[in-house]
Amino acid sequence: MVREERQMRAENRLVLAHVYTATAAIVVGAVFGLLQAYSRASAIALPSSFDYYRVLTLHGILMALVFTTFFITGLALFVTYRQVPRERRSAVGWIGWSTMVAGTLMAAFEVLAGNATVLYTFYAPLKASPFFYIGATLLVLGTWVVAYEVFENVVFFKRTTGAPRLPLALFTIAATFVMWWVATLGVVAEMGLLLPWSLGWTSGINVMLTRMFFWYFGHPLVYFWIMGAYVIWYTVIPTRFGGKVFSDGLTRLTFVMLLLLSTPVGIHHEFMEPGISTAWKLLHTITTYGVAIPSFLTAFAIFATFEIAARKQGKRGLAAIVAGLPWSDPVFAGAAYGMLLFIAGGFGGLINASYEMDSVVHNTIWIVGHFHITVGGPVALTFLGASYWLIPKLTGRALWKPRLALLQVQTWFVGMVLMSFSMHFAGLLGAPRRTAEVAYAGSHVAASWQPYMIAAAGGGLLLTISIGIFALVAIGTLLANDKSEDMHVAFAEAEPGGEPSPPVFEHLFRWGAVALLLAVAAYSGPLGELLRHPGFLAPGMRTW
Amino acid sequence: MHVHRYERIWMTFGIGMLLVFLTIVLVAAFADNMNPPSDMMQIDPTKVASTPPFDKPGLRSLGDGRYEAYYVAQIFAFTPKTLRVPLGSTVTFYVTSPDVVHGFNIAHTAVNMMVIPGWVNSATHTFRTPGTYLLVCNEYCGIEHQQMFGSIEVR
Repeated sequence: MVREERQMRAENRLVLAHVYTATAAIVVGAVFGLLQAYSRASAIALPSSFDYYRVLTLHGILMALVFTTFFITGLALFVTYRQVPRERRSAVGWIGWSTMVAGTLMAAFEVLAGNATVLYTFYAPLKASPFFYIGATLLVLGTWVVAYEVFENVVFFKRTTGAPRLPLALFTIAATFVMWWVATLGVVAEMGLLLPWSLGWTSGINVMLTRMFFWYFGHPLVYFWIMGAYVIWYTVIPTRFGGKVFSDGLTRLTFVMLLLLSTPVGIHHEFMEPGISTAWKLLHTITTYGVAIPSFLTAFAIFATFEIAARKQGKRGLAAIVAGLPWSDPVFAGAAYGMLLFIAGGFGGLINASYEMDSVVHNTIWIVGHFHITVGGPVALTFLGASYWLIPKLTGRALWKPRLALLQVQTWFVGMVLMSFSMHFAGLLGAPRRTAEVAYAGSHVAASWQPYMIAAAGGGLLLTISIGIFALVAIGTLLANDKSEDMHVAFAEAEPGGEPSPPVFEHLFRWGAVALLLAVAAYSGPLGELLRHPGFLAPGMRTW
Repeated sequence: MHVHRYERIWMTFGIGMLLVFLTIVLVAAFADNMNPPSDMMQIDPTKVASTPPFDKPGLRSLGDGRYEAYYVAQIFAFTPKTLRVPLGSTVTFYVTSPDVVHGFNIAHTAVNMMVIPGWVNSATHTFRTPGTYLLVCNEYCGIEHQQMFGSIEVR
């Protein structure tokens, strides 16, 4: 075997470790999700040793934090290694993966043991075991090692090639990880308060401060997922039908805007809270509207990519263009169904961000519907679909039973529509989120939610079946061992000879500094208010 | 950087739509005085039971059909559990917690707030429709969280 090939295989093993860790998380997480959906529909009762809230905590952590993060770190290393070919050792990458896995296992063990039934938001003064917080911190610090690997290769690429621009896919990944670094500062700061408190070194905790640090991180976290999906929409999906990136410059602009605007918006999760004045809440409504703009740019660019490719093949008219798209390709279909869900999910997000209107939906199951139709929609469908491209490219094995893979993304789409729409409707009628059973002693208001809870459980069943098929195809591809896949990868780029993008976009680290300044500015007011009114510290409690 | 004409039209439409939404939000906030609960009052969470007016939770009349209702949200119950309110009255709900974070949501109204230990939060509603309203804790607070609810009887 030639040296380059041997090195590529070593790199692929690391990426595969990330992708299969993500797969394991979504499979286990889906089973927990099904238990919740049936429990809420009053179809089953969970035993006290494995209660609803423990299952909910694990489902949230595995889906929102573990599945998404491992998939994106895997994708980031894949893009980085393929776009910056050089001799390298895999040690740094493996240290990152091992740290993330160790943290995940530590936190998951504490939850299973009943020492951390605090849900994935771990709101103080609910006090989990210190190992839960240490585990969560390790998961985040592990991603910093991956970020270092991306940045180090970006710097190496610039220094050795002297090229004025990063390759487009690498640019989008680098922007995503600069944003991630700015965002994760919030959760690391929060851990700086929670960890000493859980160890008993401090006697009380400033509850509002921990919440503000959490949401400083919590909203850009969802943009981390969205940016991961956008990387695939812009640079992988066009290759499925011979398309080109619509505009190199606008793609880079989109990612720079996401880098800048993802963080200074987090107070929209805290509209219903005391201690934050209305002026700052309004400001975060405006900034949240701003972060919708790069998504409008993306909607235009992606649909333009579809149309231009179809016109080149001589297709005319909307129906012919839509029908001509590769709907039988699970990689394309996953992302495309995800885009459809994101149209609904994006507008739902604008509703949630709309200041006073949030009081109608805050902490109702509408919110749960919203984040399932977003992270479970465009993000999960794109990642699941992209796995059918990534796993063959990493293993050299052809995808096993592509038609089963197609059925998987279709059942996921139908299941997600059924479940998330039911949740939205029940939320408008007042059904709360995060509640084990919602009968409320026979209240007639609560009875009106029940049909939606049953429909949601039906959607949940379809989603679980879909994940079962996903696991079957992912494992089947390894077992079938059909080594006919070409491991070479080409990411989509703009039509050659087009207008070069403005060089100012290339200063990603400087944009990161601007992003940090914007975040500090947006939080200076609310944080200043809290620090001026330090008030009372709350002792910790274990109420489960 | 060249931007296609259709894209300019699309982005004008998109940003215009956001500006329309924002105008609606601002008009509702400033003209109709619709703002999310953002109380700035603080209270020692370890002394709620002895701090007036939370030492005697319940309804107080201000005259003129206006009322104040003081609630303690504590694992896993609201005090008072049931509140009786005359039809057509305007009630301001003041809530605090002596333990963990709770939610305070009256279904089919816009009374929806986070209850944070160390803080008092408040929201106002005018009850124009008679009936039994369901009050629920909509933030996870512990193992019996689903038992934390109450009712408001409007007659």
